[in-house]
Amino acid sequence: MTFIKTTHNRRSFLRSTALAGGGMLLGFNFFAACRPESESAELSMPEEWSEINAYLKIGENGLVTIMSPNPEGGQNIKTSMPMIVAEELDVDWKNVIVEQAPLNTDAFTRQFIGGSQAIRRGWESLRTAGASARYMLRAAAAEAWNVPVGEVSTEAGVLHHRASGKSAGYGEMAAAAAAIPVPEEVELKERKDFRIIGTSRKNVDGKKIVTGQPLFGIDYQREGMLIAMITHPPAFGMKLSAIDDSEARTMPGIRDIFPIKTFKEDYARQYFDTCTFMDLVAIVGDSTWEVMQAKKALKVEWEPIADSSYTRSRGDSQEVIPIPAGLENTDDHHAKMAEMASGTVNVRRKDGDPEAAFKNAAKVIERTYSAPFLAHNCMEPMNFFAHVTADKAELAGPLQKPEYTEKTLSERIGMPLENIDIQMTRLGGGYGRRSYAHWLVEAALISQKVEAPVKLIYTREDDMTSGIYRPTYQATYRAALDADNKLIAFHVRAGGIPESPLYPDRFPAGAVDHYLAEDWSIDSNITVGSFRAPRSNFIAGAEQSFLDEVAEAAGKDPIEFRLELLERAQTDPVGERNDYEADRYAGVLELLRDKLAAAPEQPDVHRGVAAYFCHNSYAAQALDITVENGKPTIQKVCSAVDCGIVVNPDAAVNMGEGAIVDGIGCAMYGAQTFKDGVAEKNNFDSYRMIRMAEAPKEIDVHFVENDIDPTGLGEPLFPPVIGALANALYRATGKRHYQQPFLGAEQVLG
Amino acid sequence: MANFNLNINGKKLQVDVDPTTPMLWVLRDHLNLVGTKYGCGIAQCGACTIHLDGAAMRSCQLPVSAVGEQAITTIEGLSENGDHPVQKAWVEHDVPQCGYCQAGQIMSAAALLKNNADPSDAEIDAAMNGNICRCGTYLRIKAAIKTAANG
Repeated sequence: MTFIKTTHNRRSFLRSTALAGGGMLLGFNFFAACRPESESAELSMPEEWSEINAYLKIGENGLVTIMSPNPEGGQNIKTSMPMIVAEELDVDWKNVIVEQAPLNTDAFTRQFIGGSQAIRRGWESLRTAGASARYMLRAAAAEAWNVPVGEVSTEAGVLHHRASGKSAGYGEMAAAAAAIPVPEEVELKERKDFRIIGTSRKNVDGKKIVTGQPLFGIDYQREGMLIAMITHPPAFGMKLSAIDDSEARTMPGIRDIFPIKTFKEDYARQYFDTCTFMDLVAIVGDSTWEVMQAKKALKVEWEPIADSSYTRSRGDSQEVIPIPAGLENTDDHHAKMAEMASGTVNVRRKDGDPEAAFKNAAKVIERTYSAPFLAHNCMEPMNFFAHVTADKAELAGPLQKPEYTEKTLSERIGMPLENIDIQMTRLGGGYGRRSYAHWLVEAALISQKVEAPVKLIYTREDDMTSGIYRPTYQATYRAALDADNKLIAFHVRAGGIPESPLYPDRFPAGAVDHYLAEDWSIDSNITVGSFRAPRSNFIAGAEQSFLDEVAEAAGKDPIEFRLELLERAQTDPVGERNDYEADRYAGVLELLRDKLAAAPEQPDVHRGVAAYFCHNSYAAQALDITVENGKPTIQKVCSAVDCGIVVNPDAAVNMGEGAIVDGIGCAMYGAQTFKDGVAEKNNFDSYRMIRMAEAPKEIDVHFVENDIDPTGLGEPLFPPVIGALANALYRATGKRHYQQPFLGAEQVLG
Repeated sequence: MANFNLNINGKKLQVDVDPTTPMLWVLRDHLNLVGTKYGCGIAQCGACTIHLDGAAMRSCQLPVSAVGEQAITTIEGLSENGDHPVQKAWVEHDVPQCGYCQAGQIMSAAALLKNNADPSDAEIDAAMNGNICRCGTYLRIKAAIKTAANG
């Protein structure tokens, strides 16, 4: 039996009630449309709700509304987070409706998405919210029936006192339960008693998505709302010099054109305040098309930037981020990376005596891998609604880290947090890009200037060419084998522009006697940020491609080769700070091996294998390619994953499928390139995205069954598939791929 | 600016807009039919797909002045209660992740099935090639199209 201290108190619940009321002021009609109706066959919308805590309220007829605390970006957490609450509340899922919670960091835990952490970090508070509400309902029934609370049980939304035969629905006791003091400690269910967690439940917004209901920030409407767009510098390394709006200003439907400054010069930025260009030109008008035409007609002069830097906080520490002057080129980047890799580097980990081991090796293999900048390319371009008046700021739209952005905005417009209300809409994709919500600040500044509600929209070209990208990376690996083909030394030297992709303490660290991990980085004025599985999204593919080559040189099966190393890491680990669990790592490889052995053998299949640990979870994958008419075709990807308890299995499989398709797409086709500071790919005609025919024909996602609390799932399946793909391509074509995108520039341009 | 009488989702609607305005923005900004999505503005992603006299069409490339009498159907008008076979199949397969591209995917799929009741894999690939799903739900989209075809 698990008892857990509750972290909620009555005060925070009451506070959240007040805020939830305030939230109704904003876009009432829009969010009413986002709100699900009761689809329950039995229950209609109740007349009265009793708020038991910030996470849930219960209607007099037993219908339960559960608030989903975090923004929904496609991971399906708007379904799976409430499922966790419903599980502990012990209610029938068909009597649950879900709402997006307001931003209220007093009442909710970590209201942001990123790092595959929503379920992992919400797990305890979501369970506690459900369990404490269940206790309060039991206590209310015990008072009403004058029996000890310990004798009151629950079953799918009904309270029972077995000895007296009394029973009551949750709805009947909800008003009384709301007045019961929040327990200091509650009992959580044991896993064997789960009835909702571990069962597949459909996306609570599914019907609204397929019928085109307004759910996304870009769909936001408000009476009197104006449309705003921004003209950005045409190149990294340029800044605003002069505006000639004489023609654009007179165009139909145009209200105003003016410069805005995203952050003030002396502002000490928070970690997620990455922002490419400080000085922008805003164009405000009545409709999107009119603003787009004025944006084309607007004449702006730009000038080169000088060297500068800014300070940004990271946790309790501060770091200085340099912004060098210059117009950068992809070709120069390649040359600079090659130069850096042979220069002075930072040693991040050293075990044993790698130099001696390489000197005495029977065989040394050395390979270098690289990958380009990547644009996130969320299908919903960056946008935000803002209405800023003298005493309050109302905002609505898609973003990943609202609690940080709220603080940033508060500083920028000098308004206290309690006067700022940010409503979270569904995100038309995030992948890290919407962690950096400078566009929210931009929208607020524009609204403030024009004294009207405004929706700021980035064009696709703005979205794709003004940053914030996955960095470009390079890694050189060396492996030493002894005369018995045993891996005796391993060396990785990795770097990037502007940051390194290295995780020095990950596998195969801990499994090799002589190990050296080094890194380097090169400053750049091209802005970068988190992109699905930061750093891992490159280093996994490079490392797993390299290990495939090492296994081949050692004459070993790729799965058995990895398992031997992991056996060493379990029984006699090298070093003390290995940041993976070798048994769970081996577990996914073993599950993959079992699933592959159980599947019927397909003729003429070329298989590549990879495995990786990131975001607290483990994934192993086998990718099968056949060659048809001389063209490699991806037939199937088989995956084994250990992410602890899986809350909503079919949705988890869906996300796994998506991560695999995304990984293959980025590795095969994805690239942002630069010429004289200009991002060359500016729309989907030049930036090639994976399309249906290029996706694997079949994807299996198998989960390791265990009782470990959920770890992470949004990212872990993405990085290794790049290695599996490279290894399968090698077996199919005889050619090893070291540079992403694997398909060359000619083919990328199609 | 000019007045246009449009036939959208079986209703006669009038708008007063610049004749060059693409239907995408007429729908979104002037008629509050925001299910049709902006993705690229150059007919490369399919998020803005509507039906023009039953055929799939990228509304970002269709000026309002070119529509005339032709009937427009948007995702909001594909069915009365969201029960078009393609919509039902989408829910059955729980296709969406972020969901942003799905209206366009559904409109392309519905147009395909109207002309080809039982498409092969290659025919589905060809018909859906113009629709990008950044979340990578392609396998479910294909499975849902097959379910809708056989339903």
